[in-house]
Amino acid sequence: MSSGDTIFREYRISDAERSDRSAGDRLRHRQKVRESIRENIADIIAEESIIGKDKDRVIKVPLRGIKEYRFVYGDNAPGASQGDGDSRPGQVVGKTGKDRPGQGDEQAGDRPGIDYYETDVTLEELIEIMFEDLELPNLERRALREIQSDYSSRRKGYRKVGIRIRLDKRRTAKQRVMRMLASDKRIDAVARALEESKADRELDTDVEGALDEIALEEGRLDEEALAPSTGAAFQRVHRRFPFHQNDLRYKHVEIDTKEESNAAVICIMDTSGSMDTMKKYLARSFFFLLYQFISTRYRNVEIVFIAHHTEASEVTEEEFFHKGESGGTFISSGYAKALEIIAARYHPSLWNLYAFHCSDGDNFDSDNPAALKDAEELAGICNLFGYGEIKPLGSRYYESSMLNVFRQIQAPNFHTVLIERKEDIWPSFRAFLAKDRVKEA
Amino acid sequence: MRANAGAAPRIAAWNLNDLIEWDRRIRDKAAEFGLDCYPQEFELCDHNGMLGYMAYSGMPSHYPHWSYGKSYEKLKTLYDHGVSGLPYEMVINSNPAIAYLMRDNSLLLQVLTIAHVYGHNDFFKNNFTFKSTRAELTIEAFKAAAMRVRRYVEDPSIGVDRVERILDAAHALSWQCRRNLAIKKLTPLEQMARAEDSAQGQPDPFQKIHARKQIEAPDFHKVPLEPDEDLLLFIRDHNPFLADWEKDLLTIVDQEAKYFISMMETKIMNEGWASYWHKKILESLELEQGLHLEFIVNHNQVVRPIPGQINPYHLGLKIWEDIYRRFTNPTAEEIKRDGPPVKSGTEKIFEVREVERDASFIRRYLTEDLMREMDIFEYEARGEELVVSKVADEEGWREVKATLIKNVGTNSIPVLKVEDADFGQNRTLYVKHYHDGRDLQIEYAEKSLNYLQRLWGREVMLETALDGKRSLLCCNDRGFSVRALK
Repeated sequence: MSSGDTIFREYRISDAERSDRSAGDRLRHRQKVRESIRENIADIIAEESIIGKDKDRVIKVPLRGIKEYRFVYGDNAPGASQGDGDSRPGQVVGKTGKDRPGQGDEQAGDRPGIDYYETDVTLEELIEIMFEDLELPNLERRALREIQSDYSSRRKGYRKVGIRIRLDKRRTAKQRVMRMLASDKRIDAVARALEESKADRELDTDVEGALDEIALEEGRLDEEALAPSTGAAFQRVHRRFPFHQNDLRYKHVEIDTKEESNAAVICIMDTSGSMDTMKKYLARSFFFLLYQFISTRYRNVEIVFIAHHTEASEVTEEEFFHKGESGGTFISSGYAKALEIIAARYHPSLWNLYAFHCSDGDNFDSDNPAALKDAEELAGICNLFGYGEIKPLGSRYYESSMLNVFRQIQAPNFHTVLIERKEDIWPSFRAFLAKDRVKEA
Repeated sequence: MRANAGAAPRIAAWNLNDLIEWDRRIRDKAAEFGLDCYPQEFELCDHNGMLGYMAYSGMPSHYPHWSYGKSYEKLKTLYDHGVSGLPYEMVINSNPAIAYLMRDNSLLLQVLTIAHVYGHNDFFKNNFTFKSTRAELTIEAFKAAAMRVRRYVEDPSIGVDRVERILDAAHALSWQCRRNLAIKKLTPLEQMARAEDSAQGQPDPFQKIHARKQIEAPDFHKVPLEPDEDLLLFIRDHNPFLADWEKDLLTIVDQEAKYFISMMETKIMNEGWASYWHKKILESLELEQGLHLEFIVNHNQVVRPIPGQINPYHLGLKIWEDIYRRFTNPTAEEIKRDGPPVKSGTEKIFEVREVERDASFIRRYLTEDLMREMDIFEYEARGEELVVSKVADEEGWREVKATLIKNVGTNSIPVLKVEDADFGQNRTLYVKHYHDGRDLQIEYAEKSLNYLQRLWGREVMLETALDGKRSLLCCNDRGFSVRALK
């Protein structure tokens, strides 16, 4: 070879560490992924897989937004590839779509057909993105009913006002002395007063007396009332330099409160015979979202499951979602049970209550007035009370509906939604929370 | 060359001086065999560096775009999970040629890789498709483009969102450009001259006795005069509403695509050629037994056939070896069929490496026997499944070969040409897909057409065929629609 020597560049660890050249583009890509998730959140929520998983679970999210599109051939384009020696016509060699045989090595544009892309996010991350999108910044603070679960007090400085029990006698006396010194006309009196103030025992009575005097000046005490006990004090009043209100010093105490915010989510579901798996699934998705959302807003969230048909009972989560029951429907029974549980365990002054009821609306007509009454009562004590009517597409035309009945409820924090298919869940959920915002605003 | 997925990390028992010594021996051998290379530079890097180079197509500097971040993450995930290994080497077409070596590889792998790199280097320097890439300017051109794009991103009056808006769209259309860069593109004036010539037709020696021919004047107002394949450049030159920086971005993307078109067009030849020479060089180096065994194992791993795929290393090497054999030591049957060879095998392969690209290489040199030996078949989609439709038997091999050719290099990219920039006197861009039996994937076509509209700024139409019916895909402010054409 004629040309000069080959150059070898040694590996240098410092270069390698410095040159994370793709960092900026990776960051930008992550942002795109997030944006894409946000745009498609309704679809992702509608995917069965995320409901009811624990928070650390990783979810595969198909990304629609960040595919790189080009003009490519579709499925009717035949390909050629190599066999293992005895390929016969008719032999199946793969599936369309994903693992299409093609060029071995990946190269830009070589086999551009497939750009299937999905990413892993944890459920927690997803929920964060979800609620980030909700943009309800005011909801949290205002909707809280805070309980001072825990407080401690510590002293912090002195104030001129306060309650008598925190009066700091020494500082008050000093203030008086200082005022006396400042006044030219009473210099001798100052000397005497200083003498007096050295005797602690005397001082105490002195101050008490002085306070009485102040009270007297303000007309809070009768002269007669004081006269018998403090006759001596009255005699000395002219040679004494009295305390003034401005002399009083109080210890200031600050209270550290820890605000404990409690919330209870009360999930009420119709488990009557007419609620099939699909309806239950829709209900479950909704409850799941509600629970996750409330959890991000409150430190302590309890969840209560009430299943009802003609009678209501509190059940476990497992039973709630999986146990099928049958029979007719008295919606009021579920509400009555909720009210009962609230009365027993979740006093509305201490708990933020969120109640949601899912049903297919197939209630016995005779129960409607009772249901209406109980619903109004629930709306009265809950932060938010919602009713979701689940009518898989089309069925609302022939089944009876509670939506009309509940239209009579005037409470601003009562909200009804209609869920027809899984794509409706996210929009209805948003609408439901928007109601809360209106109420708080 | 790519390592096996999950290959155990080897302990690198060598130092830089060993490599320099081996490189000297390899270069001497390469020169002896007649390879003609650019000066070579090697850079040792670790797996992160290699992933970085892979994400940016090997370029030491490249403009930023999120798609490279995506590609890095993808490569890294595949690597971390052991789905795919890393390449032993990566070499870019520049003068001097730059190659990256994985520092964790064993000595034998480094030697094998260095020999392989010289094969690529020779190919880059001599194959006709790379003539237009201006290898001595490659690094600088990419660097300058990177700096310009960064400047646009940082410019407060432009910013990353607007830059991405153009780049996203340009990337979607970047392969819609001329494929054979050795054919000169005519300027509009030359096109006019050609249109005029062809309108007049052949001079007629008997024009006195013939009826006077009707000459139809060509329409010189039509834009473009001849259908134009360079979509990005056409938009750059004919959309008056693009700002200078937007035009510059289109130019940058087009230049980069054209740089990589050559690689795409010669993948099989190039890998085959490099494998052919690394094999020859290593065999001639008289390796000690241990190294020789390691060489055989690694070589076979790289060039093995992969059922269900086309391994370009395998296919390429097979054809090169077959050409050499047929011109050195042909069978009686081959002499009967093709005549006796007029050139030596060595002469022939050096000629082929200069004047062919994958499509012509396969068309001219992949023989029926070789296809049968390699069991190359054609498959097509039937419902959910991919089914073998033809195999390389007597009646099918030509068609299988034609299908193979349709899938190599740029033939796997649909041909689109701008037919009219003022369709319906409405500044609608009318683009035609030159249909060859393969339909466009409609979802991708729709999205890509959206990008085309974004760059063009007005309505765009794409004429194509769907299920055998001529159709017109339209994309305008009201959205996307498909119409049937008569």
